[in-house]
Amino acid sequence: MKYRLLLSSLVLLVAALFLASLLLGASDLGPRASLAAFWSGEGAAGLVLREIRLPRALLGVLVGAALGLSGAAMQGFLRNPLAEPGLIGTSGAAALGAVIAIHTGAYAAFALALPLAALLGAGLAVALLLALAGREARALTLILAGIALSSLAGALTALALNLAPSPYAAAEIVFWMMGSLADRSMLHVALATPFIAIGAVVLLRQGRGLDALTLGEDAAASLGVSLPRLRLGVVVGTAALVGAATAVTGAVGFVGLVVPHLLRRAVGAAPSRLLPASALGGAAMLLAADIATRLVVPERDLKLGVLTALVGAPFFLRMIRQIGREGA
Amino acid sequence: MMLLRLEDLTVRRGGVAVVSGVSAEVRAGEVIGLLGPNGAGKTSLLRAALGLLPHEGRASLALLAPGQRARAAAWLPQAREIAWGMPVEAVVRLGRLPHGAGGTAAVERALARMGLQELRGRAATALSGGEQARVLIARALAQEAPLLLADEPTAGLDPEAQIATMQVFVELAAAGGAVVASLHDLGLAARHCTRLWVLSKGRLVADGAPREVLTQELLAKVFHIRAHFADTPEGPVFQPLARLGS
Repeated sequence: MKYRLLLSSLVLLVAALFLASLLLGASDLGPRASLAAFWSGEGAAGLVLREIRLPRALLGVLVGAALGLSGAAMQGFLRNPLAEPGLIGTSGAAALGAVIAIHTGAYAAFALALPLAALLGAGLAVALLLALAGREARALTLILAGIALSSLAGALTALALNLAPSPYAAAEIVFWMMGSLADRSMLHVALATPFIAIGAVVLLRQGRGLDALTLGEDAAASLGVSLPRLRLGVVVGTAALVGAATAVTGAVGFVGLVVPHLLRRAVGAAPSRLLPASALGGAAMLLAADIATRLVVPERDLKLGVLTALVGAPFFLRMIRQIGREGA
Repeated sequence: MMLLRLEDLTVRRGGVAVVSGVSAEVRAGEVIGLLGPNGAGKTSLLRAALGLLPHEGRASLALLAPGQRARAAAWLPQAREIAWGMPVEAVVRLGRLPHGAGGTAAVERALARMGLQELRGRAATALSGGEQARVLIARALAQEAPLLLADEPTAGLDPEAQIATMQVFVELAAAGGAVVASLHDLGLAARHCTRLWVLSKGRLVADGAPREVLTQELLAKVFHIRAHFADTPEGPVFQPLARLGS
């Protein structure tokens, strides 16, 4: 079956990129020596592999899958190929939480203060969003509430930057917001994993509802889909994924937008099939982008979010032109 | 067998009763044409009957749990939405959602009924408007619910597809199902429906066999037109002729 083949190839691609992410890096270890060091975990090389490269590669998989999956769910729910997971405001709010942790210096005292503050921001945002958009299942209300929350979070982030206690803190905030997988620990992995796992389970269960929504809200409801429940699932699942992803990596744009679009035709366009494929595709894309940040300018710390935006923006423009031409 | 019962159904939107006090029944074997000028409340009546709109009074389908209702009645909305370029066959298969896995035979029957076998692999969004309409009708047929509620199913179809669609409805009724379809083409309604409901300003003003319902008085009062009605060897022929001066 074509779909199974696609999923299997994506799994292989993710596995290959995961291995590459483990074996490529700043230290001059050859691939074989790296692998041996990873296996034994002994010496400086073993430490580098297990404590630096392994969390980095794991987060690449987790965060990439989170962004790809939530992007596919958001596009399916809003029936719009230009929708992206940041639309509901949780990534902006998570970034705000992290920025406040940097601003107040809390993260210097306690390493996990930053991701925890980001998760708190995402949680508050999703609670506010559901309160603002009410129980009505309309997509438009949700988008507007999301835009309002995003701009509020953006303004408060700018305020934190404006009032930064020192130029170093300001620079710290700016660099964090560019998004990166560098220098993360297994603690970050442990923190993000439960949220990403729960969010993924919630979103993967919405496949049927999203498929039915292809025919419009009325037809979906007549097929027995509960629109309020579908909406709650998509919002909560996306918030968990995006909140956790932003908390551990900062803002990484365009993956959630571009990956579902790239895979849509290959899966036959059905949202339920696009969900797992986009999770795998997102993981592959983020791993590849993270490897690229190490290879393109090895001596400088090129930020992951900068790279994905550089590659993603022109792609986005092409997509808009394509959609304009098809008139859809 | 009774497939739908409406009792004193009323729908208010913005304080105005767009459907008021409609009581009616649908039995197996019937093809009911729901007629009425624009704004008469046809769509609101159908949606309320399914429980998709808040309403007063009772609609037997609205009392069912959503999954149960989806197996009791299929709904073909007027807005023809296909958001993604899924293959035709996959769109039709969406009708099987309330039934769980399987149902390939039902999908094949629906494709065959609407003459879509040759288009089955094409992306639905790449088809013409009329072809998309046929795909969506096939989707509703694949649901294989006893009752089909359809909102202007023949709008935008070519004459052959219009007749084919009405014939499919007649076949469904003959097989023990029933159809309620809102229609603007009174000629199609006269020829293919077993019964007509006429809505005017939210009220059900006529409910009966086509020949009894489509009288010059009713046409003048509800539709503001004059028409020619004849029984021919080919069956009843109905042709609107002119507007009546207001």
